[in-house]
Amino acid sequence: MNQLDNNVWVFVEQRGGMPSDVSLELLSKGRKLADAMNGSLISVVIGSGVKNISAESFRYGADESFLVDHPQLKNYATLAYARILNALVDQHKPRVVLFGASVIGRDLAPRVASHSRSGLTADCTDLQVSNVSYLGKEFKDLLLQIRPAFGGNIIATIITPDTRTQMATVREGVMEMHPSPTPRAAKIIEIPFIPDEVDGLVTLVEQHREERKVNLKGAAIIVAGGYGLRTKESFKLIHELAHAIGGEVAGSRAAVDAGFIPHERQVGQTGVTVRPKLYFAIGISGAIQHRAGMQEAKKIIAINTDPDAPIFEISHYSIIGDARDVIPRFIEAYKSKLK
Amino acid sequence: MHNSIVLVKQVPDTSNISGQVMKEDGTVNRSKLPAIFNFEDKVALEFALQIKDQSGGKVTVLTMGPPRASDVLRECLYMGADEAYLITDRKFAGADTLATSYVLSEAIKKIGSYDFIFAGRQAIDGDTAQVGPQTAEKLNIPQVTYAERILEIKDRSVRVRRKIDGGYEILDCVLPVLMTVIKDAGEPRPFSAKRVMAFKGAKSLLELEKMAEGNSLLYIDKLVFEYTSRSLFIPTLTADDLNIDAARCGVKGSPTKVYSVESVVLTGNDPVQIENSKAGMNSLIDKLMEDRILG
Repeated sequence: MNQLDNNVWVFVEQRGGMPSDVSLELLSKGRKLADAMNGSLISVVIGSGVKNISAESFRYGADESFLVDHPQLKNYATLAYARILNALVDQHKPRVVLFGASVIGRDLAPRVASHSRSGLTADCTDLQVSNVSYLGKEFKDLLLQIRPAFGGNIIATIITPDTRTQMATVREGVMEMHPSPTPRAAKIIEIPFIPDEVDGLVTLVEQHREERKVNLKGAAIIVAGGYGLRTKESFKLIHELAHAIGGEVAGSRAAVDAGFIPHERQVGQTGVTVRPKLYFAIGISGAIQHRAGMQEAKKIIAINTDPDAPIFEISHYSIIGDARDVIPRFIEAYKSKLK
Repeated sequence: MHNSIVLVKQVPDTSNISGQVMKEDGTVNRSKLPAIFNFEDKVALEFALQIKDQSGGKVTVLTMGPPRASDVLRECLYMGADEAYLITDRKFAGADTLATSYVLSEAIKKIGSYDFIFAGRQAIDGDTAQVGPQTAEKLNIPQVTYAERILEIKDRSVRVRRKIDGGYEILDCVLPVLMTVIKDAGEPRPFSAKRVMAFKGAKSLLELEKMAEGNSLLYIDKLVFEYTSRSLFIPTLTADDLNIDAARCGVKGSPTKVYSVESVVLTGNDPVQIENSKAGMNSLIDKLMEDRILG
């Protein structure tokens, strides 16, 4: 492999020997980026007994896979994983490295970016490849790292023109996962792991994880409430509506911050990205961070007292009114239709 | 006894940002926004103060920012920090997380020995959560991000519980360590009235220089001496005070550049207005059922 190929790497996160969804989503996106810059897509798999994950990455478009498989690597550990990635990045100097913006990715990516002094952009909502003219200089095939910034009226495109390696993290659900129509012939490159005493500075005592109970990503109907509901008491109406029409309950960041709803149900840039058939945005003004997580819903119903709320500009159906008034009326009408 | 360094940041209150506060280059004109203490950094300070309460040691706070960032340093002193440093220089302006972590790590090296470095998980103006891990990497020490609780501190190690996706894990970590804490991890203590009285007059070098300006009776050296002897001096570190490579600071040392900024123009969907009435709801539900969106 030519060291200065325009290769795109995806760090494939695994838990208990299973690849995480966000990694498969990133491989799907990475395939397109690699094609756009005439490079190869390479998955980087670290774990114990995870050769099958390398193999699976080819189904999502990887041309090659770096596999570092060792019993000591069973669970994610910052120091060992970062050491492995640093050595690989130093040696191969990839053009792009993508990480999921999960707890693991957000722990690992900055450490790796710091080592190679690469640019790193967190929580991108889109990635593109383009030639760029910046400060009078021309750059070929740069990665455009696109994310909402500063409160929500603004979308910033970040570039890292002067560093060889461009790194970015992306939240789960932002990119679409799709198996490649033309899977490649498997080429797994096994990298030996040499334990280091530094790895022992941090040891895992115990780990508790519950399988995700909430599956917003897969829900056909989502009823989301925002700070406009004002109190936890009125937020119950969101639950009532969701219950009546068989939807999942969700919320905006403001609703999470106000304690109306747990973070795992947050829709938006720093929460989950969803694409349901029907999305209710109730008492949600529609800041771009929120819209980034739901604007691809097939039908959006917005309910808000403020006729100028930006949410009305992306909704399909708009109801100007107080949720405490609208929701019971909707439920009643719906129930009478079912009779 | 364990010494802690706490990294804090003064952040623009991003809950209310309008287009007028953006500069042409896409960065925020911070002077036009109310500035607040990044909440998770306050929780980080609380972690350090609790360690001090239990077993002694010193709590030193660092912030990198413009001169007015000394406001948050005074707040740290009100909460109980022993010493607070302002790291400020025009050369540091416009830094991304990589350049910021470089300067912070050099300042930490200068300040000296520590067992813990605490920081908030992320600052609300960027939500990147990168400065903590990048600083740890530069100092070549372990990191524990998303820390929720310190379970036990031994002489040379700490047992800590951290959040992970879908649960938590418990780690044993050899000191020194850099820990980033999440907002639910603790409740920052209120300011102590006694300490507010004691430290409200604390001043950074820049603030003293301002006082001395235009007053021929005040000499800056004398002021610094006076304030230092009354423990009211907020030490200031500039690029000259740190062993620093100017090419790695500020805009120059930041690999990420804002290429373009777009005010978001909404696509102008033409939404169907539904009247907030029984008839309106009926027609909406009919449409949804027709489109097989509702069953």
